[in-house]
Amino acid sequence: MNRTVALWLAVGWVGFALLPWYAIEDGFWSFVWLDGFPTDADYAPGIVQAMGHGRLWFLPIGLALVAPFAVLWRDKTTPSFAFVLQAAGIFGLAYTVVQGFAIGIQGWEYGFLVTLFGEFGDRQFGMGYGALLTSAAFLFLLTRGMAARGIVKGDVFVVGSIGGVISLVVAFIVFPISRILVSAVQDNDENYAPALFFGKFLSTKIWGIDCLTSNVGCGVAWNSLVMGILVGAGTAALGLAFALVATRTGFRAKKLLRVLTVLPIITPPFVIGLAVILLFGRSGAISTFLEWSWGIEPSRWIYGLPGIWFAQMLAFTPIAFLVMIGVVEGVSPSMEEAALTLRADNWKTFTTVTLPLMRPGLANAFLIGFIESIADFGNPLVLGGNYDVLSTEIFFAIVGAQNDQGQAAVLAIVLLSFTLSAFYAQRRWLGQKSYATVTGKGDSGVHILLPKRLKWLVFGTVLPWSVLTAIIYCMIMFGGFVKTWGFDHSLTLMHYIEAFSVTTSEFGLVWSGAAWNSFWTTLEIAAISAPLTAAMGLLTAYILVRQRFVGKDAFEFGTMLSFAIPGTVIGISYILAFNVPPLELTGTGVILVICFVFRNMPVGVRAGVAAMSQIDENLDEASLTLGANSFLTLRKVVLPLLRPAIVAALVFSFVRAMTAISAVIFLVSAEYDMATSYIIGRVENGDFGLAISYSSVLIVVMLSAILVIQLVVGKRQLGRRDPEQFSAQRSAA
Amino acid sequence: MTVESKAAAVRFDNVTKAYGDVVAVRELCFTVEAGKLVTLLGPSGCGKTTTLRLIAGLEMATTGAVFIGDEDVTRLAATERDVSMVFQSYALFPHMTVMENVAYGLKISRLPKDEVESKANEGLALVGLAGYGERLPSELSGGQQQRVAVARALVLEPQVLLFDEPLSNLDAKLRRRVRDEIRELQQNLGLTSVYVTHDQEEALAVSDRIIVMNEAIIAQEGTPRDLYEWPADKFVADFIGDANLISGEIVDINGETARVAFGGVELVLPHRDMSKGEVGVAIRPNAVKVSTEPIDGPSINGTIGKAAYLGGHMEYTIETAVGQLFVITTDVLHPVVRDAAVHIGFANHGVSIVGNDVEPTHDDGK
Ligand SMILES: Nc1ncnc2c1ncn2[C@@H]1O[C@H](COP(=O)(O)OP(=O)(O)OP(=O)(O)O)[C@@H](O)[C@H]1O
Ligand SMILES: [Mg+2]
Repeated sequence: MNRTVALWLAVGWVGFALLPWYAIEDGFWSFVWLDGFPTDADYAPGIVQAMGHGRLWFLPIGLALVAPFAVLWRDKTTPSFAFVLQAAGIFGLAYTVVQGFAIGIQGWEYGFLVTLFGEFGDRQFGMGYGALLTSAAFLFLLTRGMAARGIVKGDVFVVGSIGGVISLVVAFIVFPISRILVSAVQDNDENYAPALFFGKFLSTKIWGIDCLTSNVGCGVAWNSLVMGILVGAGTAALGLAFALVATRTGFRAKKLLRVLTVLPIITPPFVIGLAVILLFGRSGAISTFLEWSWGIEPSRWIYGLPGIWFAQMLAFTPIAFLVMIGVVEGVSPSMEEAALTLRADNWKTFTTVTLPLMRPGLANAFLIGFIESIADFGNPLVLGGNYDVLSTEIFFAIVGAQNDQGQAAVLAIVLLSFTLSAFYAQRRWLGQKSYATVTGKGDSGVHILLPKRLKWLVFGTVLPWSVLTAIIYCMIMFGGFVKTWGFDHSLTLMHYIEAFSVTTSEFGLVWSGAAWNSFWTTLEIAAISAPLTAAMGLLTAYILVRQRFVGKDAFEFGTMLSFAIPGTVIGISYILAFNVPPLELTGTGVILVICFVFRNMPVGVRAGVAAMSQIDENLDEASLTLGANSFLTLRKVVLPLLRPAIVAALVFSFVRAMTAISAVIFLVSAEYDMATSYIIGRVENGDFGLAISYSSVLIVVMLSAILVIQLVVGKRQLGRRDPEQFSAQRSAA
Repeated sequence: MTVESKAAAVRFDNVTKAYGDVVAVRELCFTVEAGKLVTLLGPSGCGKTTTLRLIAGLEMATTGAVFIGDEDVTRLAATERDVSMVFQSYALFPHMTVMENVAYGLKISRLPKDEVESKANEGLALVGLAGYGERLPSELSGGQQQRVAVARALVLEPQVLLFDEPLSNLDAKLRRRVRDEIRELQQNLGLTSVYVTHDQEEALAVSDRIIVMNEAIIAQEGTPRDLYEWPADKFVADFIGDANLISGEIVDINGETARVAFGGVELVLPHRDMSKGEVGVAIRPNAVKVSTEPIDGPSINGTIGKAAYLGGHMEYTIETAVGQLFVITTDVLHPVVRDAAVHIGFANHGVSIVGNDVEPTHDDGK
């Protein structure tokens, strides 16, 4: 008997015959269905739906689940084994998906089906556990069949993993994004209306250039572009300055610069915007000071492009710094030394050799800054004023009075095309290691010191900027302790009490603070999604680094894609895709978890790929030839060697789940509110005190989480081996 | 020793492996008999590692079939084949002790705990590393690590044991010792082994049979003696030991032998299915007699180009009518000086016909 086939057949039959086929209204973990099971039409498993409720379209699924029994005892090398499993898997999976899409809440979902078959007398809801397990069974029977044909070296686990990852990416990235495209050419009653699309797409709201000639605002697309370019250029330049200070000067406090790189990771991006308001807003600290000392009238100048630019510069410069530091260090010293021996002085060497060599790196930093900027949602929301950008307009198209999904979809397409072009450009030009001077070994020269003029220039930029960053973070930490910012600066704990008070009553502790609800939800969702993200990311990395198969490039592109999809676009696409059967997820906690997993997956993939490329592939192969299958190999050999990457992936996904706002704001519900969207809500009500105190609590929580994860996961490695010994051994071998 | 052998034969039936456009091995057919050690020998990139990985199941054949014993394993994954491999880099798991490394495969096969322990200990004792179990691989010398890798593969009593250039990281002395140890173990335990190397001396020393590969195909297969004395073509003659390759002509065939003419002499050699006409003749450097006096039997004349004293033997380069010959003699007491005129004769062994259309070589024999 083949164990894999038996396992998935069992799963399939449990899903088809024992568990409710449709989703349970009361949530994924609700067990109300036990009452009335298995005959109740809402809770019945597939087989009962077919027999007892006249839903005969379930029968083919049953047939596809019977077929594999024919080969259960067959040897896996016989051709019929592979054939039957593949046929049953493909048919079952395709049929389950198609029936899910074709038959919806009102019977046939598509007009042509009605014309073809006439009205349908029945209807169905979104898929639940039963459908989920059955589909999974079909998928893995299919991959088992493919493995039997020798695909990817006949490795059952790997073929299954690839199939699983592809299915998930299709279901939760490709499918929702394509729903946007469909929505864009539909009117609000879901009729095909391409004319409407072109009308919206070409409207002056998006592309207008009136601002050049009159006092009206420009189209949102231009606004986003201008903002993205300014921020991209600004962060690249500033990042370069920081990198030069860190690597090419005798600057002593380099450790501090490193701290700077951690800050934005644990800061929800709009919190910077908040702090900027506290400094430069009408009643901001600096505005007040200027009025007091020079009599300058406070104004709202900070609301608009200057404010957004400023906040985004503060938020994204550290990312550019991280990119640029690698680039600056990558320039081979011997190139510079060669220039010096050719009688160039420091300044000439820098301008004619060093800088040109760093050009690809600068372009890279620019593109990353560009993508981050136009995808950013929080800062434009709190600081935008009348300066409308795409990411916020998408939001207002959905939540505002207009509730125009088509409009939101069109805006999303414009935004998506910007970010995807930048992403494509980045990978196309710069992905292929164009830093021609990174030569590997034998490069023992010393970098030139910066020319005097340049040195003063970079210090003149970096030091004030660092001071500003420090002030901003002081603002965030202490802003929550004053009564009303700008009016009454007496110290108080009232904001913390309002948000986080705990009282005792006869029933024990009562979490009476206003923030607790969203706080616990956030922690819970982040804690659930972090390990899932890490697992998914590392599994994908394993497949990318260790396996060869047809279509791997496309696979890689698909998994990294979500990096370039702005959160607002993901948010709107999830609403469009998962509001209706076959997957009804909106309003649940599950959709938040899924959203985080797929948005943050690229982080896990990168950490995994970087770490895994350093582990000798022969180790895996040795384990395989010793009889371990690839799952055991992954668990016993690869994962133990990957501890640092696991920590990185866990930390990143946990923290990003806590700081994200753009996608989340579409997906939260009364029951599942997240900290960030709660804070944004408070900001919109002008309640800065509570917002800022909540934000600083979040930052502290994230810092502690990082420490805890590092302690827990990193422990065993410390106990046994240190990495240096490790690499020494590897290079000796 | 209680490691038992379940040795099985390995058979390749027209196996081709292509990576995209690159054909790494082309239409291989060969058999490794149970209990024998067969070496794959050939220049870099000829497909040795690929062949080994095809046996292990780490690569899947593009076309053709692989058999282990009587079973067709072509589509079986590495895990499902009863084959162990010793890697060039050893591939010891750095996060496990020596003991854990050796016990790894045993644990995976779910043997009872005490059996795992006793077998692993035996394995370590077998390679002379009893008592090293608690160390980490990084705390062993290169040769010891190598032996751990062998022990780890051995304890599973595989049907086939594979070695991919297992000695290439060791220094010359250790190489010789470990190579002999491996051969001894293999013979004592009767293991079917396939051994990859590009060191021809190593191949000659350890193998029951050698398969010489060149550019993805088998150039020749046979016992070490076959290959050395009767190379099939110029490539094999040159690759296994040095050979002077000159062109000659078969003037007459008589039964098993042929008369070959070159440079004014005629030798009688086995004809090896060649027909009359142009052929190549491979002459081993030590199959040439050099003397300032005239020699009995067929001989040609030459002039000494270079002469080098190498302690145990002399090396000469001699200019002759058939081209430059590279010659080794053990007669170090009577060296011939540069520019001396000499007579050159040929031994019975070490001269063979190697196939048509061989360009005369003009190198110094290397
Ligand atoms: N993964 C791969 N993708 C593409 N080509 C490959 C791959 N692996 C090997 N090749 C090619 O197949 C051919 C045979 O490679 P193989 O590793 O078997 O050589 P080898 O005989 O072991 O050489 P060496 O003695 O250098 O180890 C080479 O031309 C190599 O470039
Ligand atoms: Mg090799």
